Amino acid sequence: MTRIAVVDYGAGNLVSIEQALSAAGAEVVLAGRADSFADADALVVPGVGAAGPAMARLRRRGLEAPIRAWIAAGRPFLGICLGLQLLFEGSDEDGAVTLGVLPGRTVRLSDAPRLPHIGWNQVERQRAHPLFAGIDEDADFYFVHSYAAAPGPGADAVILAQTAHGGRFVSAIARGSLAGVQFHPERSGRDGLRLLANFVGLAQAGGAASGRTQAPVLAH
Amino acid sequence: MLRVRVIPCLDVANGRVVKGTRFVDLTDEGDPPTLAERYAVDGADEIVFLDIDAAPDGRGTLLEVVERTARRAFVPLTVGGGVRSVTEMHDVLRAGADKVSFNTAAVRDPGLVRRCARRFGSQAVVVAIDAHRRAGPDDPSGGWEVVVKGGREATGLDALAWAERAVAAGAGELLVTSIDRDGTGAGFDTPLLRAITDRVHVPVIASGGASGPDDFVAAVRDGGASAVLAASIFHRRRHSIADVKAVMAAAGIPVRLVNGAAT
Repeated sequence: MTRIAVVDYGAGNLVSIEQALSAAGAEVVLAGRADSFADADALVVPGVGAAGPAMARLRRRGLEAPIRAWIAAGRPFLGICLGLQLLFEGSDEDGAVTLGVLPGRTVRLSDAPRLPHIGWNQVERQRAHPLFAGIDEDADFYFVHSYAAAPGPGADAVILAQTAHGGRFVSAIARGSLAGVQFHPERSGRDGLRLLANFVGLAQAGGAASGRTQAPVLAH
Repeated sequence: MLRVRVIPCLDVANGRVVKGTRFVDLTDEGDPPTLAERYAVDGADEIVFLDIDAAPDGRGTLLEVVERTARRAFVPLTVGGGVRSVTEMHDVLRAGADKVSFNTAAVRDPGLVRRCARRFGSQAVVVAIDAHRRAGPDDPSGGWEVVVKGGREATGLDALAWAERAVAAGAGELLVTSIDRDGTGAGFDTPLLRAITDRVHVPVIASGGASGPDDFVAAVRDGGASAVLAASIFHRRRHSIADVKAVMAAAGIPVRLVNGAAT
């Protein structure tokens, strides 16, 4: 059975993500310490709220370096909402320095009619990816956030999908076995469950069978 | 484009849905998770639980109900009623809620909104405002006053000023209920909704007074609401969520249509 570790750093609701991954056929471990995810097949970092307190909690629990090492080793990874934003270098929300795995920053949504952006919205895919296999092009996913990642110059290749709320923002990224979604698949009904099942399938396939063919090399 | 949300509200007391329902084919019609799952399948964009009992010794029951619901309905869940501290909010989120709604506790202590928003983010903090027309139920000219304790206690606060203060304190969303209209089926108080949506930049959920799909259209078109909440018209099966959404879609309002939803 595919073993998925969900990083538990005190970031609220983990019940939904745990249940959704279990429903997708994975064995789920809530990992509050690095040694509890070392032997997992894939790592999921969830999270909502601001980047600063989240990074502080990751550091306090000794999780920052192991997460970085996991990603550097090319092992399967999914960041959800804040878990996607943390992959970039820093956040405009509170000036926090984040993981810096990908070039770019987390910025406030521009030209939004109302913030936070709360509710179901379309995810316009920029390219095909197995994470979205079997999901209708016009499927809606659930968002709840005011900030989103803006990949830096030359990093556009990581963009997997965009969404419009006033201006357009990056709603999914993928590079090799690394993936991130700004929406909440665990709260997005059947389509969300399908996406998580796709991720479990990728993890089972040894990660990134998917991404390897299209992994861009990023200057950082 | 962001969809306008349709949200069924379940009043929960002692772990059971109260107010009559006619889900006669359910094995346990008063079980919150069963109803929530049913609504999610029918196209609910979120579910709201209001713990109307909210007794301190009932918290364990509520948390257990929240967790069972989160494990069955894969749509967002907001819980309101009786949360009075950052620690209590943490427990409710930990049990599987995505947002917590504050009403009386926020009026008594606006600092609570600030502390919870700082800890969990504004997107998880909803402030519920129960408003009452000062000049009489048919006259919006006197403005609106905030009432608490289910409408039994007046506060003297102006509802529009309180809406702005709540957002400044960190509320990421407002749930605006017309106490004059609640339970009457007379339609939403659209002037109230419009007055608030014109003043704040956060999403506003309309509540109180729905009797049919046209009321949902008016709340959005005339009131500027980002989401519309109702209880009895769904519980009593006068209208399904899919019916309401079909009427909204026909009126040009963007809604999420779920394939295979019951109509």
